[in-house]
Amino acid sequence: MALLEIRNITRRFGNLEAVKNVSLSIEAGEFFTLLGPSGCGKTTILRMVAGFDAPDEGDILLDGASLAGVPPERRPLHTVFQSYALFPHMTVAGNVAFPLEMADKSRDEIRRRVAETLALVHLEDKANSFPHELSGGQKQRVALARGLVAKPRLLLLDEPLGALDAKLRQEMQVELIALQREVGITFVFVTHAQQEALALSHRIAVMRQGRVEQLDEPDRLYTQPANRFVADFIGKINLIDVEVVAASKLLLTLKAAGLGEIAAIDPRPIQPGERGALALRPELIRIFGKREAADLKNRFEGRVKELLYVGDVTLYKIELANGFVLEALMANAAPGRAKFHEVGDPVAVGWRHDAGVLLRD
Amino acid sequence: MRKPGFAIWAASLAAYAFLYVPLAVVVLFSFNDSVLNAQWVGFTTSWYRKLMSDGDMLRAAANSIGIALLSAAIATALGTMAGLAMHRHKFRWLPFLVLTPVAMPEILLGVSLLLFFRQVLDLTLGFASILIAHITFSIGFVAIIVRARLAGMDESIFEAARDLGASPWRTFRRITLPLILPALVAGFLMSFTLSIDDFVITFFVAGVGVTTLPLQIYSMIKVAVTPEVNAISTLLMALTLTLIVIASRFAPDVLKAKA
Amino acid sequence: MTSSEKLTRWIVTAPPTVFLLVFFLAPALIVVAAAFREPGEFGGLAPWSGLSLEAYRFLATDVIYVEILLRSFAIALLTTLACIVIAYPLAWLIARSPKKRRDLLVLLVILPFASNFLVRIYAWIMLLGPLGLLYTPTAVIAGMVYVHLPFMVLPLYTNLEKHDPALLEAAQDLGATAWTRFWRITFPLSLPGLFSGSALVFIPVLGMFAVPELLGGTGDILIGNLIKEQFLDNRDWPLGSALSIVLTIAVLLLAGLASWGARRGLHGTEAVS
Repeated sequence: MALLEIRNITRRFGNLEAVKNVSLSIEAGEFFTLLGPSGCGKTTILRMVAGFDAPDEGDILLDGASLAGVPPERRPLHTVFQSYALFPHMTVAGNVAFPLEMADKSRDEIRRRVAETLALVHLEDKANSFPHELSGGQKQRVALARGLVAKPRLLLLDEPLGALDAKLRQEMQVELIALQREVGITFVFVTHAQQEALALSHRIAVMRQGRVEQLDEPDRLYTQPANRFVADFIGKINLIDVEVVAASKLLLTLKAAGLGEIAAIDPRPIQPGERGALALRPELIRIFGKREAADLKNRFEGRVKELLYVGDVTLYKIELANGFVLEALMANAAPGRAKFHEVGDPVAVGWRHDAGVLLRD
Repeated sequence: MRKPGFAIWAASLAAYAFLYVPLAVVVLFSFNDSVLNAQWVGFTTSWYRKLMSDGDMLRAAANSIGIALLSAAIATALGTMAGLAMHRHKFRWLPFLVLTPVAMPEILLGVSLLLFFRQVLDLTLGFASILIAHITFSIGFVAIIVRARLAGMDESIFEAARDLGASPWRTFRRITLPLILPALVAGFLMSFTLSIDDFVITFFVAGVGVTTLPLQIYSMIKVAVTPEVNAISTLLMALTLTLIVIASRFAPDVLKAKA
Repeated sequence: MTSSEKLTRWIVTAPPTVFLLVFFLAPALIVVAAAFREPGEFGGLAPWSGLSLEAYRFLATDVIYVEILLRSFAIALLTTLACIVIAYPLAWLIARSPKKRRDLLVLLVILPFASNFLVRIYAWIMLLGPLGLLYTPTAVIAGMVYVHLPFMVLPLYTNLEKHDPALLEAAQDLGATAWTRFWRITFPLSLPGLFSGSALVFIPVLGMFAVPELLGGTGDILIGNLIKEQFLDNRDWPLGSALSIVLTIAVLLLAGLASWGARRGLHGTEAVS
């Protein structure tokens, strides 16, 4: 049985449907992320799970029991807020002890568990400091400790890393993963940063305008996006409009206007004449000199429009014969990479026929 | 930024002098060894001693302090609730109800309460009527101060408290109350000051039996002006000054609220 | 919202609301009603005997009331203008001072206000008596200004603080004299502050009775004195109530005018800053 079950919940604010008939099952011990742009409904769902809002339709069940009508203070789950929400008039130790005090635990037990949890987040020496004396990263960790100390069934995290600078953010991401695996508590994480989601999660639900577009593991989301939105939202993608010419078990032939035929693979039953987009990740595209790799099936001629050298890779924008601009990523230290192309160079691009994913409209 | 020129400084100094010289004169002449206030004769503290043995004055002082303490306590409680309500629950009529007694001319409040007490409640004017009147105009002051304090806080900490297992009552006791306590203290001190200083409203609702310090000063001014008036004025000024300065340490908005 | 949250909402809102409904709103309504009653034989209100417009007729027909109303407005206007003149340089100084000094200067403006209202009037009795200026309209205005000056200083300095100094520098750079810079730039931008301050002075002055009574002569009574007389001396409560209603209407109109002026002026500052 799933730990948290969200069943067909809908939430309206006046005329706006913020959450449209969403169903999710979250398993014990997993790091589950709700990912999407602002306004997609992810925070609304989090607040409904926490108890600060209630669905207009549908139900939320924890361990099989409905949470309807249960106020936030009686739900065995805690939230890490985006602004950390540390109590300014209490020390770090006081903050972390708070949930245990609310649960009427004994003084000894409180002291012990607070010390344990502070050690877990590496803040033992700050126990007697006040929140205003801490750095952003430290406040973050206090908020985490406070959320975890009472061993809730679920920890909800509302864009907790949003206020941190890039480097600190990455460090905290690594710490979060380790923390979650160590403690074993189920995390439900909300973010709009897709890289973060990919790095941290066991499973991700990509949301847009109140609906779940795709629910999958990170690598499957990346390599097998279900539609244009997910493909574009996660990482960089090239989307080439295509029409199906012929389809068999082993080979899919697509036609793109002005480019000619493209070879691809798709295990699903597809009819000729169907329209869609071929999704190609930039790192799967190879760039050759004008005369090279003539025998490659998916090979198209073009010209280098822009390039961006960023040290470890170079990002190329190649304009193809039909005007489409393809983004390609080449590692600069790749073996056999003798040639660097310049802006204006005539080149050929190519990819394996299993590199692209057909997204049907 | 361009510094203000000499003319501005001179005009400002003149304005400050305008504000302080009259009060300084009052204080100075409280030590004047002469019944008439016209000329400086010599230094004495006899007027202060006279105050101490003036039965009417002592009674008025006792009443003033008693009413001030009680009305400040009740107004702080009610005003805190009002401030919390105004901040959290945006009822559109609440600010109007709470703040209008503060903004309107005092005479209107005094008159309406006089009418209400006598005509509707048939209440003999005295301690109770003064008490109620003072509470009515103090609630708004406390509410303003409390609301200002709440506005400066991160809202999510109250949700965090509930999220971590605190019932609404426990959230109030452990989180809200400690954080608004400075505003409460400032509000109490301000209400106390307003009550002790109030003249106009008290004038209408006091009736014949009870007097307060301001009423006493008023009758002294009308009947016979002696430096005793200066003495009690100086003492009263010292008290309210001290209280306001202390209050402003607890809530910097106190001064804006008064104005 | 859960039901426990709805309950807390009412627990917090109810006590002050009930108190104020009973002791503020109800009395206000009583005043309106009382103006329609007859005066009692020994003062107060006569027993209910139907609506009476006696009090209003009195007001409308007797010229003296109009005279007193006009005089009250005149004194309030003069007081307001005097306050503006005295407060402006002070507010300017405060607005242009560095933060620390600014707080101190503001405190110094407010502290005299901490003294008892009667004491402030008494101070002027002491000063004006020997000068022979007591019991004159000048004395009344001086007293009114003294009591209300901080109310003009504070909104004004709050407004002046927000002016962008670059505007004046630009004007100077373009050749404007000091007077022009003040009149064409600073003054218009300060209008919202002036409106607020004027409301905070004008409205209370209208209702004052202690200042005219103690500092003014018998010819100087204002609406406030009249109201006080009716309620406490003559005990003609219906008339007093009717006068109070006239004052209230005047106050409401002025308050409306002031907030209109403050808002309109704000558009000007927004456009510039």
